[in-house]
Amino acid sequence: MSFACIFVPEFSVQALLRAEPNLRMQALAVLEGKTPLQKVFAMNEYARAAGVECGMSKLEAETCSDLMLRERSLEQESAAHAALLDCAQSFTPRVEDTAPDTVILDLAGMKSLFGPLHKIARDLMRRASEIGLETSVAVADNPDTATLVARGFSGVTVVPDGKVEEQLGSLSVEVLFAGKNDEESVQLLETFQRWGIRYLRELAALPDIALSERLGEHGLFLQKLAQGKTARTLAPVDPPLNFEEVIEVEHPLVLLEPLAFLLNGILEQLCARLSAHALATQELRLELDLVSGWRSEDEPDSNRSTSLRAGLRGRPSPHNHFSRTIRLPNPMLDSKTFLKLLQLDLKAHPPGAPISKIRLIAEPARPRPAQNGLFSPPSPEPEKLELTLARIAAIIGEDKVGSLQILDTHRPEAFRVQRFGIHDPAKSSTNGNSHGKRSSDDLVTALRIFRPPLVVTVMIREGRPVHIHSKKRTEIGGEILWTAGPWRSSGDWWEQDGWSRDEWDIALQQESAIAFFRLVHDLLSGRWLLEGSYD
Amino acid sequence: MASSPIFSSLTVSRPFFAAPSSNLFSAEALLKRSLPNVVPASRLAVRPTPELVSSGISQVDVIAGGFPRGCLTEVCGPNSSGRTSLLLAALLAATRRAEVCALVDVSDAFDPASAASAGVDFQKLLWVRCGEKQTSSPRRHREPEKNLDCIEQALRVTDLLLQSGGFGLVAIDLADEPFNIARRIPLASWFRFQRAVEHTSTVLLVITPAPCAQSCAALLLKMQAESLEKKPPAFSSQFSGCDIPAHAELLQGFETRTEVLRSRTARKPGRSVSETFTTKAAAG
Repeated sequence: MSFACIFVPEFSVQALLRAEPNLRMQALAVLEGKTPLQKVFAMNEYARAAGVECGMSKLEAETCSDLMLRERSLEQESAAHAALLDCAQSFTPRVEDTAPDTVILDLAGMKSLFGPLHKIARDLMRRASEIGLETSVAVADNPDTATLVARGFSGVTVVPDGKVEEQLGSLSVEVLFAGKNDEESVQLLETFQRWGIRYLRELAALPDIALSERLGEHGLFLQKLAQGKTARTLAPVDPPLNFEEVIEVEHPLVLLEPLAFLLNGILEQLCARLSAHALATQELRLELDLVSGWRSEDEPDSNRSTSLRAGLRGRPSPHNHFSRTIRLPNPMLDSKTFLKLLQLDLKAHPPGAPISKIRLIAEPARPRPAQNGLFSPPSPEPEKLELTLARIAAIIGEDKVGSLQILDTHRPEAFRVQRFGIHDPAKSSTNGNSHGKRSSDDLVTALRIFRPPLVVTVMIREGRPVHIHSKKRTEIGGEILWTAGPWRSSGDWWEQDGWSRDEWDIALQQESAIAFFRLVHDLLSGRWLLEGSYD
Repeated sequence: MASSPIFSSLTVSRPFFAAPSSNLFSAEALLKRSLPNVVPASRLAVRPTPELVSSGISQVDVIAGGFPRGCLTEVCGPNSSGRTSLLLAALLAATRRAEVCALVDVSDAFDPASAASAGVDFQKLLWVRCGEKQTSSPRRHREPEKNLDCIEQALRVTDLLLQSGGFGLVAIDLADEPFNIARRIPLASWFRFQRAVEHTSTVLLVITPAPCAQSCAALLLKMQAESLEKKPPAFSSQFSGCDIPAHAELLQGFETRTEVLRSRTARKPGRSVSETFTTKAAAG
């Protein structure tokens, strides 16, 4: 049996670097605690080389040149941990959530799928790197040995059979207590240091009875760890599928471009995590924490066009929270399409205040199985269509583009414009009209609607309209050549907005030919309206 | 295979007539002999005849052959000439072929009830309603500048739809725009649309009050109402000598004459070809 351990060194730092990869090559230290008692909690190797130590105060750390300081973010660490689990579970469902910075995989049966152990370990490291985490991966015949080796050696390490004790022997005893700050662990480490035990091989060589007399069962357990002789079963977890990424920005974002840059990084990581689970998403939720109490005079004029505060100029945001939801007609997994949709949406609905925190949540969905038939007609690609619809909505308005739905009422203009989507041809149906299949020869006389209807003045003679006049459109008017009607229709008399009208079909002489119109007499208001023309 | 090849515009000044293929080779041979050192920038080639699809009206299919794919088709005519009925028939035919259609409604004049009566599948129809939000004044009675805004929106939306691709039919309804406004659409826009649909399977249909697209339209149809079809009153004999009551009259439809003014998809006939068809009022 083989087990792989993925360990993320300096986990708090790496969680922050996922959002700001440009800081990877700079000295970075993470602070924890309340101002002014903040202390250095973690740091990367560049900061360590610059002389930064854990426990340093913020003031002391600031004396180091070229050192970047960031607040610790538990939410970003949670997102990084979730990403790490996703990465591991993309290889096998038997994954143990050992620690926030450590996961262990059971590699039983994986050689035939993924190749030799070295390759599996390298693939694990590469997959973790794709989600923004630099890891160490170790493979051994028991989970605890794999954990110790991963924490002790960087890169990929595969412990050969029979060489466990030799591999572990060179590690420092401190690796047994990594991540543990309890009093017992601190005392045991101090005891080992007083005894001169520096390496695991020295601990493994101690007589077990004497060790047990002095340190008890815990001491014996630590010795077994050092010898690589522990045996335990893995406790796999099945975490809920939660695809969420969070970024807390150091300086509030005012412009759309830097926000788009951060969103791009988040979307790529989300899509990578979804892809690892063979999933797509049909809904994206963007939640922004806003800065309250801002002043618009602080913003230079050149930024006005791309400012996120364009929506509420000169007024403080009444809310500290802003959210937008983008629902897609089909499950998709294209980060560039998602970014463009978010950009178009934010341009149409700016948050109204600078942004201090970004949270992006993707609802997982099964990917759409797209297999076009050999003889089926082409249709627009869903991703392209979604972008096109968003761009059209930005030009003419969201409620002006979509597909029609006729409402079940006789009220005039009873329809609704709903979101347009490409449906499965097998599931698509007609618009529900009861006329059945119409032959090509049964052409319908189409009506062209005037929106809004044209108010006209009508002269009545013997109950018939004989002359019509329009102030707004003088070319429609004159003697009515022919009339048909009226046909009365009414409804919703029990409601506040009931309707009652008489409809007439009329013919008028226009410049080049006779034209036919629908004339309506609104019985409730008494107005005469020209509703449309037959064409 | 193309039954009537049409020469590319590089050499032919009479695009409506098909030339024998031997002339193609003799022209090329002549060029090679007279200018041996000149490398032609392009080769002479025949442009294949575009695929034709039904317009939804059999009489129109008879005279025009149908609407060509990958080309711009323009339908013009005055009010009440049957243009919108033809548009609905084309949408019906396209949605019946399970193609996704888009309607760019410049004047927001589309009537869902008429389309529902015609049998158009709304799940396959994308309706784009141009124009600004509802104001106190009717949309089509605004100043010309506002009409230009609608047309500008329509041109931008059409660009986006054609670039997206995958639509079986894209229709631009300019029927209610005044001709002096519609003709201001630059020829470059029509040319750009024509190039965008070339080599695709999209039918680009434009409804206009009068010809606007000029030479960019591969097929130009003109429609004109012929006569009013009305149901004779069933009991008119009982009212001899009296006026027929208005409620006894019923608009059944009207007869429309359609004429092919230009067609690049077929050999131009010696005289205008036209056909008439009759529309019927929707029941209910």
